[in-house]
Amino acid sequence: MKILIIGATSAIAKATARIYAEQGQELFLVARNEERLLELADDLKVRGASSAEYRVFDLANTSQHQQILDQAFDVLNHLDLTLICHGSLPNQEACETNFELAQQEINLNGLSVISMLTIIASKLKTQGSGTIATLTSVAGDRGRQPNFVYGAAKSMVSTYLQGLRGKLLPFNIHVIDIRPGLVDSPMTAQFEKGALWSTPELVAREIVKAIAKKQHTVYTPGYWRIIMAVVCAIPEILFKRLKI
Amino acid sequence: MKVYGWGRFPVVAAESFAPVDTATLQEIIADKQNRAIICRGAGRSYGDSSLAETIVSSRFLDSFAEFNSAEAIIDCGAGVILGDILKLAIPKGLFLSVLPGTKTVSVGGAIAADIHGKNHHIDGCFSNFVISFNLLLASGEVVQCSHTENTELFQATCGGMGLTGVILSARIQLKEISSVTINQRSIVASDLDNCLDILDEHNESKYSVAWIDCLAGKQSLGRSIVYLGEHGDDDNLQVKTRRGPSVPFSTPSFLLNKYTMKAFNSSYFAMRGKNVDSRAVTYDSYFFPLDNIRNWNRLYGAKGFLQYQLVIPTEFGKAGLREVLSEVNSAGKGSFLAVLKRFGCANENLLSFPIEGYTLALDFKYDQNLMPLLGKLDKIVLANNGRIYLAKDALMDATTFKASYPKWEAFCELKKKVDPDNRFRSLQSNRLGITAETAQ
Repeated sequence: MKILIIGATSAIAKATARIYAEQGQELFLVARNEERLLELADDLKVRGASSAEYRVFDLANTSQHQQILDQAFDVLNHLDLTLICHGSLPNQEACETNFELAQQEINLNGLSVISMLTIIASKLKTQGSGTIATLTSVAGDRGRQPNFVYGAAKSMVSTYLQGLRGKLLPFNIHVIDIRPGLVDSPMTAQFEKGALWSTPELVAREIVKAIAKKQHTVYTPGYWRIIMAVVCAIPEILFKRLKI
Repeated sequence: MKVYGWGRFPVVAAESFAPVDTATLQEIIADKQNRAIICRGAGRSYGDSSLAETIVSSRFLDSFAEFNSAEAIIDCGAGVILGDILKLAIPKGLFLSVLPGTKTVSVGGAIAADIHGKNHHIDGCFSNFVISFNLLLASGEVVQCSHTENTELFQATCGGMGLTGVILSARIQLKEISSVTINQRSIVASDLDNCLDILDEHNESKYSVAWIDCLAGKQSLGRSIVYLGEHGDDDNLQVKTRRGPSVPFSTPSFLLNKYTMKAFNSSYFAMRGKNVDSRAVTYDSYFFPLDNIRNWNRLYGAKGFLQYQLVIPTEFGKAGLREVLSEVNSAGKGSFLAVLKRFGCANENLLSFPIEGYTLALDFKYDQNLMPLLGKLDKIVLANNGRIYLAKDALMDATTFKASYPKWEAFCELKKKVDPDNRFRSLQSNRLGITAETAQ
């Protein structure tokens, strides 16, 4: 399988790439930090990837997206799976008083993903096959006080994916929306971890399974579907008073 | 956030970081000038050796840099766990030379605790097979250490419980095997003397370990089952990947009491009808029996447990172990996991645990009445020229430590050179008097 991973050095992307590497797949990685990309590419080759090419790009810069994807296609010739994983965890408090910061975060977590999707969709249409898996978040299911800037960006992507899925159906292209819950990663190292936290490795195993099964919207770990259903069912009159 | 070791005692509030590369790690260390920092790998040391105000996890320094199967060398980040190395090595007919009782320890942790396995009497500690490692010092400088290069620092870091710096990556020598099947021979020993005799008699056996029933008293004090193992030759190079069930939460600790453990031990013993039994088993069940129950440490309840591993030199072995077992037995505090094994010679490292003799590992469910018993055990161990394993210790006092680890002064001197401000210190190093509680 030929796989393109955008935002490849994020913890979930890395863990997922390792599973594909063990299966001997061909990988093409894109991320911002060259040293870490190089380290990851070596790691994936040791773990069994039949190839692991990489390119350094700052994904916030949407004007480069066409170039990134052109290069990936040049190298791989064909694209079975695209995994879009890049993003950041904004400082909610700071974003609430500083629009420029909020805009930056929404650009990276929302619009830059949509830019990627636009270009990939057109490439895959020509190819007539492929899977696009995009990491969104359970935070997108309902705007909650602690992280609604992040949530707004992610729900933008989720809504976009819902429409895109139908549009790409006639072209034999499958679209997956992956919504991880709380994941113990470098990004969240300082948070107190309760029973609901899971690891990038576990989430990665579920992502690989969901992609193989061609699922549509994946909550990972699965119990987040129930948790978010409950969160969404809370009447607004009560919900607006909750700081969850 | 709240952090604890594998024994879930003690629990401390700490600031935690999980750096993704050396640069991030260097920034954290430079940034936290007035705080005690300690590195933590997979969190499998039992007590407080990976606990401090600021904890840096090597969990995401987990990349493989190179795997040279022709020369049987693996080069990887300190956060890589041994199980992941096995996954790569086994299909190529390679294996780790030293494996502890779990495959989920990190490479960095294995070096810092200079771990041993069931073949210590033949192969020695993990550090024997470490070709070199990169160590990040308090100054931010990265140095390479090996048996021939920065030797002093190498010998202080292997077994040094993370106090010399942060291990970033290591090159490890693997060994060739033709099969991962272990031909296991189990021999029932009627009492302690019999058990030690069997271990001595089979000192040539590649792997040996004894499961000991420390709740059996009087004549059967020290009754045990000795498990000997040799690598098979049936060309089985299959990695075992099945994941066992997990203990989802801390079970009520009253479930593990004197009576249930006695029942467990007796039935375990009764299941071995024959005195001698030979069978081929998977490497996983021979080396890592407990890995099949993930989070087994939760079985001891919310208060956690203490593991106590001691070693007593050969000449005092029989009498010393008898004293320890009688004490545990009469306190009625025995555990259902007691393991006895024979160690080979000590190495040159300053704080490595093994010395030639017999080592016994006991688990105790945490409760207030445990302290007097452990105090008594400390005295017996000291009186018999023995010592306690730092990777498991949570309670030993500074006097006992200094009396039993004679190279502690050399260690402190070297630490002064590489970490003059005592940046790296843990709750354990403070307790043992290796570091002072505040920065100097």
